[in-house]
Amino acid sequence: MYLSRRAKILLATLTFGTLSFIYLPLIVVAINSFNPSRTFSWPPSSLSTVWWGRLTESNGVLPAITSSIKVGLGATAIALILGTCIAFAVSRYSFYGKNTLSLLVIFPIALPGIITGIALNTTFHTFLDPLNKQLALWTVVVGHATFCIVVVYNNVLARLRRLGQSLEEASQDLGANIFQTFRYITFPLIRSALVAGGLLAFALSFDEIVVTTFTAGPGTETLPQWIFNNLFRPNQAPIVNVVATMLIVLFIFPVWLSQRISQDGSAGGRL
Amino acid sequence: MRKNRINTWLYRHKGARAALLLALPVLWLAIAYLGSLAVMLISSLWSVDSFTGNTVHSLSFGNFHTLITQRVYSTIAIRSIGVAVAVTLIDGLLAIPIALFISKVLKPRFRSVVIALVLVPLWASYLVKTYAWRSMFADGGVIAWVLKPFGIHGPGFGLAATTITLAYLWLPYMILPIYAGMDRLPNTLLEASSDLGASAGRTFRSIILPIIYPAIIAGSIFTFSLSLGDYIVVKIVGGTTQLVANVIADNVGTAGNLPFAAAMAILPITAILGYLFIVRRSGALENF
Repeated sequence: MYLSRRAKILLATLTFGTLSFIYLPLIVVAINSFNPSRTFSWPPSSLSTVWWGRLTESNGVLPAITSSIKVGLGATAIALILGTCIAFAVSRYSFYGKNTLSLLVIFPIALPGIITGIALNTTFHTFLDPLNKQLALWTVVVGHATFCIVVVYNNVLARLRRLGQSLEEASQDLGANIFQTFRYITFPLIRSALVAGGLLAFALSFDEIVVTTFTAGPGTETLPQWIFNNLFRPNQAPIVNVVATMLIVLFIFPVWLSQRISQDGSAGGRL
Repeated sequence: MRKNRINTWLYRHKGARAALLLALPVLWLAIAYLGSLAVMLISSLWSVDSFTGNTVHSLSFGNFHTLITQRVYSTIAIRSIGVAVAVTLIDGLLAIPIALFISKVLKPRFRSVVIALVLVPLWASYLVKTYAWRSMFADGGVIAWVLKPFGIHGPGFGLAATTITLAYLWLPYMILPIYAGMDRLPNTLLEASSDLGASAGRTFRSIILPIIYPAIIAGSIFTFSLSLGDYIVVKIVGGTTQLVANVIADNVGTAGNLPFAAAMAILPITAILGYLFIVRRSGALENF
């Protein structure tokens, strides 16, 4: 297609204009975390690292980070096991309901979090109330694992499809049994896909707030919940800015890393 | 010796291997997760005893009766669908020129860099991105500061802020499928169109648009359903705006009326399934 110089410049302006619109709010938060003023004002009158130093003093941040890490690790572990199982079953076997299963894996992430959240909340209450048990941290892990399965599944499935089965067949022809083949051949070949999927699952769990809200017991607070609860408290705004900036930087790193490792999909399985 | 026997048995029984792999995932997804969705659908027929606050497990259509007869809920439903449609349109209009620029104007070696620039914020924390817009729209925030010299007041928190923030959050979900669709479109087709005398606008309407249409639809499924199910954004930048999702959330939290929340949740589910159905009827998904 022949595009005039003017049309190309227009398209470039639109693209880079939108891209700066994507980054601008994040930069504003980062700058604001160095704003010494307690009340929000733009532009900041001066810059200082005073709130960064007070990060650990603030009540609730550290326990919230701890529970987020616990939930993330638990959900990632479950998602790694279940996601890998489904990926193997779908890529290596044919069975009744295969298409339904590959659709069902996507369901928890395709449906809005609020629906998954309420569904799990209702079920937990229906089964736990008669036992006089309450929602707790493990119920959050169950909720997160449900929607994390898909990212592990996508990563492992892409790798298995690319690998094919010839290496495993060769291993079995040479006399290795099923477990030996998995341990010495298949596992080393899919290891990086597992790491990539695991990192993404952890990032997804660490970021989740909606499902968390509906599956967390009283007294359980993950980091996104802490941010949400403190967002509306004027006194806490500076610390929220610091935590938010920290999260922007922390998030980009594991995702960048998992992209480098896997190279199977461009969107890292989120799309 | 025993391990060997298991090995041989597994080797001989392909079905058993598949069953072992599938047992846990099916238990988790098909029974626990789908089961939960079913329980939620059934619970929409339950009610809450207004005196004790306990759930009454007898079936009635009371919740649906309230939803249909009270004017507030239909207003909220229409407003929510309106926001979801507006977000989808904004994202579509922004994403098409960006995808066109990246795949057809930009030199290949810069392409992956710009795509990475689009992708990275997709993974930045969702809550942080929403919070970032709070400091944009706040009183004395960035937007108010920029508009002040012109004597214009910023929109503040409300419906406009909610729509803009949602459009911001889901934009990459629209750009990526359209870019993928456009990337598959051979340049020779566009050259042929130019050679036959079509202007850039005509080529876009008659060649590009029909080919990327399924990709636009795929992206719109994300933007539409994600907008419809979101209540965090409206709570953070929406001021007092009421949308379906935050009415559902409030009924779970403060009001403690889970059955009513479940009944209300059927609305976004129906809207999303309805949208998928229309899209499927139009045949857009078959080519994608």
